[in-house]
Amino acid sequence: MTSPYPALSKHPEGNKAPTTEEMIKLISGATPHSRELGLQVVHSAKGMAIMRLPWQERLVGNPDELVLHGGVVTTLLDSVCGMATMSARQPPERIVTLDLRIDYQRPATPHVDLFARAEVTRQTRTIAFLSAVAYQDDPKDMVALATGTFMFVGRRRKKDAEGGKV
Amino acid sequence: MNALLTEKIAAARAVGDPDAVARAIPYAEFLNITAVLDDDDLIATMNFNPRIIGNPALPAIHGGTIGGLLETTAILKLLWLQETVRIPKTITITVDYLRSAGPKNTHARCSVTKLGARVANVKIFAWQDNPGKPVAGANANFMLSTG
Repeated sequence: MTSPYPALSKHPEGNKAPTTEEMIKLISGATPHSRELGLQVVHSAKGMAIMRLPWQERLVGNPDELVLHGGVVTTLLDSVCGMATMSARQPPERIVTLDLRIDYQRPATPHVDLFARAEVTRQTRTIAFLSAVAYQDDPKDMVALATGTFMFVGRRRKKDAEGGKV
Repeated sequence: MNALLTEKIAAARAVGDPDAVARAIPYAEFLNITAVLDDDDLIATMNFNPRIIGNPALPAIHGGTIGGLLETTAILKLLWLQETVRIPKTITITVDYLRSAGPKNTHARCSVTKLGARVANVKIFAWQDNPGKPVAGANANFMLSTG
């Protein structure tokens, strides 16, 4: 099977983060929408992740200026924050997004891939607080700055599989 | 290209069809978002497609696409209300995820809490079967390009 996430790398400190295989399974198996977008994991370590979104004209929100729609920036940031949150626990736990705030610093330049980097800044027993940025060529020249709050909902239970409330 | 968008939006307004505005935005097409007017209120719908699933185990729609629907709904509403036809630029958006969204159509409506000369503030919410049980809500600020 070909994974859409060939560039997953291991955490430099060894087995603190999920293994590459675990993470590939987790991500590629879990998100049809990420596959549709061609989202790639560039790097992942304990409590952090970097992902890449290839530029696509169909994701444009402003056809006059070929600027990416904010919704797809939201998707990239939600995904990268989710991955950073999952990788903060070993073994990885299921998570849900509580909220995500995005501050746009500049429009994304047309025909250039978008990257996002997320980091868990603090976590409690049930909540993870994250900081993330979206950028193109230079991480300091941000397209967007984001703050996310995620909740750990534990290992998978039968109730959830049957569609119960999280 | 600008003239083309201008014409599309003017034509959409002339016939009272906000869906034609949605058709002018590539990402709205990508998410299969359609729009209708309910009296004067604009309701946008993200028509379900398996490609927008974010969690196949539940299954649930990807939260990012819900954010995309919320933001698109506000933009469509602002384009509908504004005299000008430049697409509003999102300054900030905060999305609250309230319930997991199942594999079905998701609807959204919004209220424009402030429509100034330069900025607009919009509160948006999205639901599936029951508007009283929203799946997500958002607060967003837009820069209006009024020239």
